[in-house]
Amino acid sequence: MNEMTKVETTLKDWETDQEVRWCPGCGDYAILKAVQRTLPQLGCDPKNTVFVSGIGCSSRFPYYMESYGFHTIHGRAPAFATGIKLANPDLDIWLVTGDGDGLSIGGNHLMHVLRRNVNMQIMLFNNEIYGLTKGQYSPTSREHTRTPSTPLGSVDHPANPCAFALGSGARFIGRGIDVSKNLPDVLKAAHAHQGAAFIEIFQNCIVYNKDVFDDFAKPKGADQQQLWLEHGKPMLFGTEKTGGIKGLKLDAQTLSFEVVDVADGDAEAAGVLTHDATNRILAHMLVELPFGEFPMPLGVIYDDPAPTYESAVIEEKRRASEGKEASLARLLAKGQTWTVSGTAPDPV
Amino acid sequence: MLHDLGWWRGESQLLPPKQKNLIVSAARGTYLAHNRWGRTPSRAAERFTMATQTAETQPGTDKLDSMVVRFAGDSGDGMQLTGGQFTLSTALAGNDLATFPDFPAEIRAPQGTLFGVSAFQINFGSRQINTAGDAPDVLVAMNPAALKVNLASLSPGGLIIADSGAFTKRNLDKAHYESNPLDDGSLAKFDLLAFDISELTIEAVKPFGLGNKDALRSKNMWTLGLALWMFDRPREPLHEWLKEKFKSKPDIANANIAALDAGHAYGETAELSGPLKQVHMSPVPAEPGLYRTITGAESVSLGLVAGAQLADLPMFFGGYPITPASAILHHLARLKEFDVTTFQAEDEIAAICSAIGASYAGQLGVTSSSGPGIALKTEAMGLGIMVELPLVIVNSQRGGPSTGLPTKTEQSDLYQAVYGRNGDAPMPVVAARSPADAFEVAIEACRIATRYMTPVMLLTDGYIANAAEPWKVPDPSAYEPFPVTFTDSVPEGEEFLPYKRDAKGARPWVKPGTPDLMHRIGGIEKHETSGNIDYSPENHQRMTELRRDKVLGIDVPDQEVSWGEDSGDLVVVGWGSTYGPIKQAVNRWIDKGARVSHVHVRHIWPLPGNLGELLGRFDKVLVPEMNTGQFKTLLRDQLLIDAQSLTKTSGQPFQIAELEQAIENCLAENCGGKVLTNDDQLPNPSGVEK
Repeated sequence: MNEMTKVETTLKDWETDQEVRWCPGCGDYAILKAVQRTLPQLGCDPKNTVFVSGIGCSSRFPYYMESYGFHTIHGRAPAFATGIKLANPDLDIWLVTGDGDGLSIGGNHLMHVLRRNVNMQIMLFNNEIYGLTKGQYSPTSREHTRTPSTPLGSVDHPANPCAFALGSGARFIGRGIDVSKNLPDVLKAAHAHQGAAFIEIFQNCIVYNKDVFDDFAKPKGADQQQLWLEHGKPMLFGTEKTGGIKGLKLDAQTLSFEVVDVADGDAEAAGVLTHDATNRILAHMLVELPFGEFPMPLGVIYDDPAPTYESAVIEEKRRASEGKEASLARLLAKGQTWTVSGTAPDPV
Repeated sequence: MLHDLGWWRGESQLLPPKQKNLIVSAARGTYLAHNRWGRTPSRAAERFTMATQTAETQPGTDKLDSMVVRFAGDSGDGMQLTGGQFTLSTALAGNDLATFPDFPAEIRAPQGTLFGVSAFQINFGSRQINTAGDAPDVLVAMNPAALKVNLASLSPGGLIIADSGAFTKRNLDKAHYESNPLDDGSLAKFDLLAFDISELTIEAVKPFGLGNKDALRSKNMWTLGLALWMFDRPREPLHEWLKEKFKSKPDIANANIAALDAGHAYGETAELSGPLKQVHMSPVPAEPGLYRTITGAESVSLGLVAGAQLADLPMFFGGYPITPASAILHHLARLKEFDVTTFQAEDEIAAICSAIGASYAGQLGVTSSSGPGIALKTEAMGLGIMVELPLVIVNSQRGGPSTGLPTKTEQSDLYQAVYGRNGDAPMPVVAARSPADAFEVAIEACRIATRYMTPVMLLTDGYIANAAEPWKVPDPSAYEPFPVTFTDSVPEGEEFLPYKRDAKGARPWVKPGTPDLMHRIGGIEKHETSGNIDYSPENHQRMTELRRDKVLGIDVPDQEVSWGEDSGDLVVVGWGSTYGPIKQAVNRWIDKGARVSHVHVRHIWPLPGNLGELLGRFDKVLVPEMNTGQFKTLLRDQLLIDAQSLTKTSGQPFQIAELEQAIENCLAENCGGKVLTNDDQLPNPSGVEK
């Protein structure tokens, strides 16, 4: 996001008159509401807000936001958003994409918008399936996923969106769950980040990939499976009631994590590592943390701003223009010229 | 010498009888042989002698009105630079000119090989010049490969200037010469000047302490110096240019200047004996004003800058490196003070998408590429048509399909431009006919794009992009501005409708950031006025028609006749870079009293409203194209006229002689046909890697 004048709005101000056309029970509804609830809290101005999307279920999002919106073509939203931001850096851009749109057909553009660090919020709705085309497996589908295009189960290894983003040079990595009450906090942190902020949102496709995230997303037992990270706080999860408070401890010899029990709430005594969102190496370890053996890291995994692309482009343009007069007449007559007077030319 | 005219076509009634058996029926499609005319005093031969201008340009005389010089060497020999600087000195001397740079697709092809030859041809004169010339009168050959590749095209009696120092056993072997052509008598029918340019250069730059390898880099400047002497040109502009170019390396600058001066001095000395004579070419009478030389790529870039200024918009240029379009990105990247943002995107798709994004945000989005890249941009063009935002797409055409001939020219993307998208996706198409014309056409593309809220394709080609010609510097204030008005409010009590059209059919342009006019756009079919998603049958039909009618309703100026009367026996209809040779060929026939005219079309889609009526006033219509007849098909379809196609698909531009012959055939009986590969012209077939 940008420095901006805060305006007062309510959730209602962000709703359009268009009928929302996702399947009943789709996780997209929850995300839409979370965004519509968060923007007023951030003081966002609808006239300066642009939602840009590609193609897929998630990419219908702009039609339901009472702001400016551009539903573009499959996978290319980051390229459109880059052009918009360079043309008008004052606009607050939210990019909406999915696992197919963002990581399959549009993987290249996602990589480049992240490495360039164009200032915007990128929400990747990951449902591990192609929904709008009726259920084919996606680049994030787990091995052996049976779909119409993989009747015997998929054989390829899934992509890890956060690891992809970090590897592409992202300076902000957040993760949330569609129905989680913590999602607005992740969105707010992303919005506060100057630069490309990548947020993976686990989204339940109730028609083609129902409850695929239940291992960690279903409310029952969630606290033992979800590690909500907070900068400067120990990496704790679980409660006494659900099987005890636990934490992540770093083994410096093997450069790996272990889960330790935390007795009496004393994380320090248990050797639990404190989360440092500016530590890139730690971010790499967290996005690669194998789920099952470990809980799912959620919240703000990494947040370490760097100069944005558009500010560099604008600064370069300013410097290159400094002291130069933009005279078209002079430009056209540049280089070695000669004058013809009458019929006898005089070389200059 | 047999002068290969590289030409065959359907049954001809006009050829000398003995040649008839060499002609095949195009209808049967069987190839027998090229027809060749010897340089005997037949009618055809006389005509071709004239066409290739050799009759007008014998070295050693000073009564010349034009001359064709070709510099050829290894791709590392700096021939393009030599040609470029010679072009500049020619322009400064007030001669008219046209150039044809030809270089291998490889940056540094293996040294001394036939396919590594790089050549630069210039036709210049004291009269109007429209093409790079058919056959060269002077060939500068920096090594045996350059001689081998280019010899066939040299005019009989033409002058060869060769660097004998490069005619080593090794280089002769690489060029597949069994003996040294410089001393085996095989070049007897030409004037030959062979001297050790390598050694002379090394000698000249000795005081600067350069190693042999570095010293030899100045060989091209030595050659340029000799050429400057030959054509009586001042050296000072070159001295200035070298000092500027090597500002930080004065030694290199001085070495190059010494080489240039040595070449020049050598000319003076050598004049005393042998075939080398100084030639003075008078300045061409030209319209008074300020002139410079310009290439098509520069011209397009400047036209886009001018167009954006006339529209009162900042420009955003999204590009991706591709031959021969990259030069536009390079030029614009240096013009930031004109409120130009250039963005080298991650691919062709991102290049156009970012440009559409910028247009959406209120700038003039521009993207540029060549055939394969344009193919990648196709889906985004469809979106541009759907969301009705201004966008200029420049296509510098090259030979295709697929990667095709990256450094050679063709006009084969016309179907792609007019028809090549999914759905009924109408898009205006304009085409530049020359480097200078590209400036005007780029402005026209910006005008149409902003006035009608539509993507526009500007067609140019590899030949126009790289070729240079003198350009009378236009006065920017002479162009009528077409400032864009953004919609920023609606009248009290009215609902804002993003797709409500004006009388021209254009929808309002609202920049994000505008209060109270928030709206959503996208590629899904949208309601006729509100722009909301609407799949209903009647709405889609209506929207399809509205998009079509908007483009068909564009205010295209009436077509004028370029040369000749507005009715007659034959009209030769061209588009794009065939302008020069068609103009010359038509005018030669007009001079001979034929009722032939030349019509050159800038607006490919939609066509000028009067075009059908205009062409209908001629008995025959001939359409020469560097493709298999794409514009011919469009004309037949749109105008229901019996247009005949003349095609050339060798990656070589038409030669004047070829078009003159085609006009003669057409005036007689056989209209159309195809022009074969021509060994005489660039790019030369033996220089192309097989």
